[in-house]
Parts: sequence; structure tokens; C-alpha cells
Amino acid sequence: MEDENAEDMEVEILSSMWPEDIDAAGKKFNVEKPGVDQDLLEDLTFSEEPSIVDFKRLLELTNYSEKGSSQLSYLVKNWELKQEKAVILLREELENLRKQQHGFELKKLEILEEHMFEDYEYGGDKRPISILDHEVYEIFQDVPKRRSDVIVQDESLEIEDEYDINTVKYWKQRALHLENLLNTSVQREQILLGKLEESIEKLEKQSSPVEELSQILKRADNFLHFVLQNAPVVIGHQDKDLRYRFIYNHFPSLGEEDIIGKTDVEILKGGGVKESQDFKREVLEKGIPGKREITFETELFGAKTFLIYVEPVFSKAGETIGVNYMGMEITDQVKQREKMAKLREEIAVQKARETELNKTIHITEETMRAKQMLATMSHEIRSPLSGIISVAEILSTTMLDKDQKQLLSVMLSSGDLVLQLINDILDFSKVESGVMKLEATKFRPREVIKHVLQTAAASLKKMLILEGHVQDDVPVEVIGDVLRIRQILTNLISNAVKFTHEGKIKINLYVIADPCPEDQKKHEKNVPRSHETTVWIQCDVQDTGIGIPENALSSLFKNYMQAGADTARKYGGTGLGLAICKQLVELMGGRLTVSSKVNYGSTFTFVLPHKVPQACESLDETDEYQDVGDDDASMDEDDVNCGFFQFNTRTLGSLFSSNGSGPTHEVTRNEVEFDKPDGFSVPVETSSKFNLENSNTNHTGLDKERPTHDPCVQKNRPLKTNTSTRVDSGTTRPRILLVEDHVVNVMVAKRMMKQLNQDMDVVNNGVEALRAVHRCDYSLILMDVCMPVMDGLQATRLIRSYEKNGNWDEARLAGVDLQDQILKEPRKRVPIIAMTANAMSESAEECFANGMDSFITKPVTLQNLKQCLQQYLPSYETL
Amino acid sequence: MTSFGAVRLRTDMNRLLSLLFHQGVLDEQFLQLQQLQDQTSPNFVSEVVTIYFHESEKQLRNLRNLLLDREMWDYVKLGIHLNQLMGSSSSIGAKRVRNICAAFRNAVEQNNRSACMRALEVLEHEYCYLKNKLHELFQIEQQRVLGDAVRYPGVMHQQ
Repeated sequence: MEDENAEDMEVEILSSMWPEDIDAAGKKFNVEKPGVDQDLLEDLTFSEEPSIVDFKRLLELTNYSEKGSSQLSYLVKNWELKQEKAVILLREELENLRKQQHGFELKKLEILEEHMFEDYEYGGDKRPISILDHEVYEIFQDVPKRRSDVIVQDESLEIEDEYDINTVKYWKQRALHLENLLNTSVQREQILLGKLEESIEKLEKQSSPVEELSQILKRADNFLHFVLQNAPVVIGHQDKDLRYRFIYNHFPSLGEEDIIGKTDVEILKGGGVKESQDFKREVLEKGIPGKREITFETELFGAKTFLIYVEPVFSKAGETIGVNYMGMEITDQVKQREKMAKLREEIAVQKARETELNKTIHITEETMRAKQMLATMSHEIRSPLSGIISVAEILSTTMLDKDQKQLLSVMLSSGDLVLQLINDILDFSKVESGVMKLEATKFRPREVIKHVLQTAAASLKKMLILEGHVQDDVPVEVIGDVLRIRQILTNLISNAVKFTHEGKIKINLYVIADPCPEDQKKHEKNVPRSHETTVWIQCDVQDTGIGIPENALSSLFKNYMQAGADTARKYGGTGLGLAICKQLVELMGGRLTVSSKVNYGSTFTFVLPHKVPQACESLDETDEYQDVGDDDASMDEDDVNCGFFQFNTRTLGSLFSSNGSGPTHEVTRNEVEFDKPDGFSVPVETSSKFNLENSNTNHTGLDKERPTHDPCVQKNRPLKTNTSTRVDSGTTRPRILLVEDHVVNVMVAKRMMKQLNQDMDVVNNGVEALRAVHRCDYSLILMDVCMPVMDGLQATRLIRSYEKNGNWDEARLAGVDLQDQILKEPRKRVPIIAMTANAMSESAEECFANGMDSFITKPVTLQNLKQCLQQYLPSYETL
Repeated sequence: MTSFGAVRLRTDMNRLLSLLFHQGVLDEQFLQLQQLQDQTSPNFVSEVVTIYFHESEKQLRNLRNLLLDREMWDYVKLGIHLNQLMGSSSSIGAKRVRNICAAFRNAVEQNNRSACMRALEVLEHEYCYLKNKLHELFQIEQQRVLGDAVRYPGVMHQQ
């Protein structure tokens, strides 16, 4: 049987691509009976090229491998069964025919006997035919009635019998008839025999097992192709040397001859090939099927990932003789999977970051709240504290004995310290919360340096030299927030003083190249017609103090941090100062850095961009300056351009010598030391001169501080004439007018003025104010806004109109009858300060719009009254 | 009166003041007022406050009459009186009275008569409270001044 099958297979070589596990053909593939689904398959065209098979190997396989042989034997058994069935059928048919033949032969014999009997009867005695007939009939009856047609004939015979039974003619006829019947019967028999032979022949022809098998195979093959036609799979079989014996690949890139009989390594080159080969070998050796994902990186088909399944194939003896191999391309899936993994990872990271952020936000919120709290508290503390300090200040002006004075001075200094601290905290929170606004005002850097050094020297309790060097290229005037710059400088200087026990503290000021020219360019682009050019001014504050260890430098600018815990204990302070300085400098667009060496000193450096006012503008300005400070200019003309200042404690030594608290012996020693190299002593007048000058610059500075309130500032010009005239007249005291309707407020204000050593006229409403202004000249008017009869705004407007036009026409229109005066000169502009109960900005706007110069929020305090006087009565300080 | 008594009086005064500050009845302006008091005018604060009370009682009467006048709703006059009361209150540092005045003025501006009535009642109550407390304060102060007049240096040393 097997040989036969093998032959069949060879016959089928051209079309078969039957895989090794042929036993699955019946079950796993579920092939349907031909004809039922033939139509379906007829529409499909199969390309049979992709599969390449080594048939010899297939034969071998079927011969030697367990599966192959069982598969074959199954097919053969199937065929055998069919053949047997056919044989049985044929045999039955044969039997039938034989029986029929037998019947006919019997009949023929009977008929012959009948004829012989007829002949006999015909020649001799006559017997009653009926008996014979009966006998004949009886014998006839014994003949097996197989066929109905025969029986029918018999009946007709009987019928005929009844008609004329005894005639010779009848019998002759009957014999003839039977003869005919016999003939036809024989004929039929012959036909049947022929048919039988034919059938047998056909049977033999039809039942070729090869055809059957090949049809089954073909169908399965078609189905396989149908299923696999677009699948990205490669199916193959490799022998135990891992040479390909069969491969199915729908998208082949190599010809048959390139694959069959070769190993993976021989066919492909690149990454993954070796791995797959090794894996196959492993499966081959272990005899256990396995799956693996392998990424190939070959020249032939690029980078692709395959999931390969390899199972061993055993021979009947149980030896592995090869592997079945199936690979599916899963490059996209792997990519997706990797993408998913990456996404998942990212999500995890994101989540972690989110929680981190939430934590940070939470902490920040807490911090903000704490800071807010601190700011609020500081603010709350500041008000009563300023009360305490003011009271102490007032107390110090009263008659006290020496001990009391000393106690009071301690109280004042402590109070100032706390106030400074609270101001620091408030400043700090202001900068942090972005509330801090910077002003842009013109100022003279040299003066600022001088003033700062002077102030520092004034409060110096150690023997130190304070020096200021300003390079010549630093402009005389620049624009910036002078108050903040002063704050920074003061902070840095006081810091330097705090940590320096002997030596020098130096300020160097010089112009440097633009550290970020692009920034400037951008800026210039934004403001194309800017009148100013920007200079970067660097300021070094250098001391010869204890220095800062390197590891502390990083935390130096952090809030509330000092270089070390023991430093904090030894030197005190909040550690906020530098943080504020840094913030302020950065707020102004600059940088603050520090370099230091322990025991040799530190240098704090900050670089700030400053705009330089255009020449025309500064001309205008200097005009004013010269007017204001004629005396100032004559006194130290070179001071404007002088680049060197030096102060030391000795200058103010007389002030402190009475104190007796300082280390006196050291003072003297230093004095001697300093005397020699210095060679120049700053006379005490210098400081007072500075004061004078500063009060002047101060007030001009304030003029410029409100550049937005243009109308006032423009009209403010006459103020300088005012100053100069007063300087001319010399001793006249400024006349102050208070316009206030309420008794209590009048009382308080009067009392305050008394403490400030100023006399003051009081009127109760706007009309009275007009009359008072009409009567005599005032240097300053404090004007309540809400008053009966005529409010402060209207009164101010009328006064301004009078100043402008020199007549009281408008006042008359308003119902106030005043006589016009003959003017001696153009009227000067009186500063009018509003006093408002509600400090809302709109009312401030209203005040400015009506020609007021400034406003004080009620309740009026000694402090803001004093400030106001300082600002608007230039002679106030000197009085 | 012993020096101990003087200390106690001073403590009482401070305590009362701090209570008033704490309650927000007074603000630092009152301290300003106290600063303004010196030898040349030893009773400055009490003088000012007395005038304040005198004036304010007039204002309050006016306010009440204006509000009770059913036919007329003169918010201009109301506003003037309130402004005056507000100004003087802030001048002596009567913070709470001042704040209620502000609220009152808002009510006037909104033409809300019932809110005005409520505000007036609160204002009167606040005013009485302030008056009582300040009287108390001045009483203690008077006692203290009487005591201090003799023992001032000694007390200072003990402190």
C-alpha cells in the first residue's frame, strides 16, 4: 500500500504543496465535500508560486516520519474502504444476475420438456392435458418468480390456457411464443452480462486512489492558499541541519533556489539571524516547541520583528529530524506595544510629577499664606511701633536728666531697629508679591554715593575709612529709582560696616560695557524714538571685613539666611537685607554678585542699567538746578564732577566722644594712623553743607518724582523763584494757612504745627480762605476738601485762577466779592495741600485736577505734616 | 497715694488703652494726639476730646432729626454732617466711629433709609461706648497726674 501511495505522491508533484502534518487535512482544515463549495473556490485564483517544496524530502518524510506515514495510512484506509464497498455492491449485483439466469435456465428447461412432451403426445396416446397442464402448472409454479414481467407473461399464458386448451395449434403457438420469450430472455441476459462487464471495467477505471487523494489534497491546498494568501506569515520546514526543505512565504524576496537546502545564516545576513538560528537549534536539541520574538535587521527586508514558532519534528524512532517553523511579522504591533509602554511610562512620570507639583503648590500656598501673614502682622506692628518711636522722640525733646536720656536713646535705637526690620519684611513681601513699583527719576550718582557714605559715616561707631570712587565716564545725571538704589547702597554699606572691624569700605562706581547687548537692541526697537541711551553702571562695595566662607556664598542671598549660625549670634540682623538688595537689583534689571575671601574682606558688586537723559533735557534741568542751588554750585562746583569722597569716623568724632561707650584707646590709635595717610580733614561744615545741598536736591527730586502730574509740575516752576525770593528776604517765616471747618481737626493741626515750630493761620471754609489769600501771601496752604459754604476744591481752583490771571473775576462769579489788587509782580504759585478724609485714588485725582499739589490723608499725623513741610517749605530744615 | 498706686494706675491706663486699641475703638491717631500733649498744654488730649464730644453730639442730634424727618430726605445735609463727624473722629483716632460713619454715608448714598436708621443706632451706641471709655481713661489719667506730680522721679527709677 505504501509504495502505491508514494507513487501517487510522485504523480502529484507538480501541484502539491502539502505540509508535513498532513494528518490534519481531514480534521483541522475541515475540507468540505466537493461540489458543495466548489463554486466558492472556483472564483478564486491561486498563485502557487510562493511555495517551494523539496519533494524528495517530502517523500522521505512520509516514509520516515511518524506523522507522514500515519497520514498516508489514513488516506489509504479511506480508499480501501471505498473499494471494498464498491466490491460488495458489485458482488450483490452479480448474485442477482446469477439468480435471474438460474431462473431463466429453469424455465428454458421446462419449456424444452414441455416440447418433448408435446411431441410425444402428438405421436401416441392422448392424455388429459389439464392434468399435465396442472402438473406443468404446478412445476411452473415452482419457478422462482423474481421478475414481475415474467410473471405477467405467465398469467397471459394462463389466460390463453383457458381459451383453447386442447388444440394443437394452440400448443404450437404456445411453443413458439415460449421460444420467443426464451430468446428475449437470453438476449437480456447477454445485455446484462455485457453491462456487468462494463460496470466492472468502469469500476476499475473510476476508483483510482491517486485521483481521489490528489483531489483532496488540491482542495486542502486551495483552502490553505485562500487562508494564507494575505497573511504575513512564513511557514517552513527545516531539516536537522536547519536547511530549508520547504518554505511558504507570500511575499518572497528570494527564489526557490536561494532558499531550499540552505540555512538561515546562509540566506540572510544581519541582526537577529543568528539568534533565530540558535533558537531553532535549541528547539531541535531539546525537542520542545517554543515561541520567541526576534527582531531582524537585514539588508534584505530591513528592520522587522517576527514572532516565530518552532516545533520539532520526530522520526518514527523518536529522533528529531527537523523543525517546523512559522513566523509572523509583528513589527507594527511591537512598535505599538513599545509606544504603549512608553506612554504608560510617561503617564507614570507625569503622575509622579503631578503629585510633586501638587505638593509644591501646597507648600507654596502655605508659604504664601505665611508670608502674607507675616506682612499683615508686620503692617499691624508697624503702626503702633511708629507710635512708640514717635512718642519716644517727642519725649527726648523734653527736659530729661542724663540717665533718662540714655535710657531713651536705647529705646529709640531699639525701636528703630525693630522698625527697620519690619520695613524690611514689608519691602520684601512687596517685591515678592510684585507690588513694588519702581520710579524713574533723574539723579546724580555722585551725590547719591556721597550722601550714602556720609550717612554711614555719621552713624559709624568704629574706626573705619569710607571711600567713594566714581570714574569720570559715569554720567553726571542718570535716570533710575534713586530711593531704591540708595536703599541698596545703604544696605550693602551697613552690611559691610557690620562685618568690618578695621580698614576701609570702598564704593567704586564705573561704566561697563552692556552685558546683554541684544536686550538693549530689543529695547531700542520697542522704543524707536527714545531720547535716552542706556549705560550700565557697575558698583562695587568693597570691605576689609571678616569675609564670607565659600560654602556660605550660595545661601547668602536667601531669605533670613546668614553665613553661619554663630555669625547670626555675633552680629545679629535678620538676614533679610541682602535678599532684599538682590531682589531690588533684579527688579531693576541688574545683577548682584559677591566675591569674598575669609579674613580679607568681601566685595558686593551690582550692575544696573540706567538711562541717560538727553542733552537738551538735562540743559533744561540744569537751569533749574542752577537756580535752586546757586549757592550749592558756587560752594563745591567740582563736587558735581568730583569722583572721590572720603569720610572717616574722626570727622564726627566729637559727636561720639561724649558717648564714651566706644573703645576710646582704639579711637586715638586709629586717629593717629589715619591722620598720616589721609592728610586731609573734612571740616564739619562740609557735612552741614551736604545737608543743605541734599535738602535742595531732595526737593527738586520730588518735583521730578511726579512727572505724570504734568500740569502741576509745569506750573511748579515758579516755586524756585519763590525759594530764591525768600532766600533774598532771608528771615521771613513761612506763612501757613489751614483751611478747616472742624474744631477738633483745627485743634489737632494747630497743636502739631506748634510742635513743628510753625505758626499758622486758620480759617473755616473756602470763602474765608480766599479772603485770607487775598489779604496776605502764604507759603503753604493746607486745605480741607469737604467744607461748608465753599469746599476746598473750588477754593483751590479760584486761587489758581487768581494766580494765573491776577484778578479775582472767577471768585466774583462764584459769589465772593474781593477787591483786585495792583500787582507788584507776577503772582507766585502757592503750594496747596489737600486734606482728605478718604484716601481713594479718585479723590486724589480730583485734587490734582483742581490744582492742588499734593494731599494728606486724614487723620493728619505729625509725621506726614512734617514731611509735607519739608517738601513744600524748602526753608523748613534750615529754620 | 503710694508709688505702687501710681504704677497700678499707669498699668490700668495702659490696659484700658490696649483694650480700646484691641477692640478697634481707637487707632494710632489717638497716640498722635497724646504725643501732642506736653508741658505747654498738659490737658491737650482731654480738651480736644471734650470738644469732639461736644461737636459730635450736635452732629448726632442733627443726623437723627434729618433722618426722622419723614417728608424731607436731605442727603446732602446728611452727607455734610457725616463727613464732619468722620473727619473729627479720624482726627482723634476714634476708628470705629469713623468706620460706622463711612458705612452710614454709603447707606445715605444708596438712599437706603432703613440702613441709615440702623447705622445711626449703631453709631450712637458706639459713640456712647467711646465716650464712657474715654471718660474712664481721663479719670485714671487725672489721678495719675495728680500722683505723678509729686513722685515722678521716684517712679521713673523704680521702673
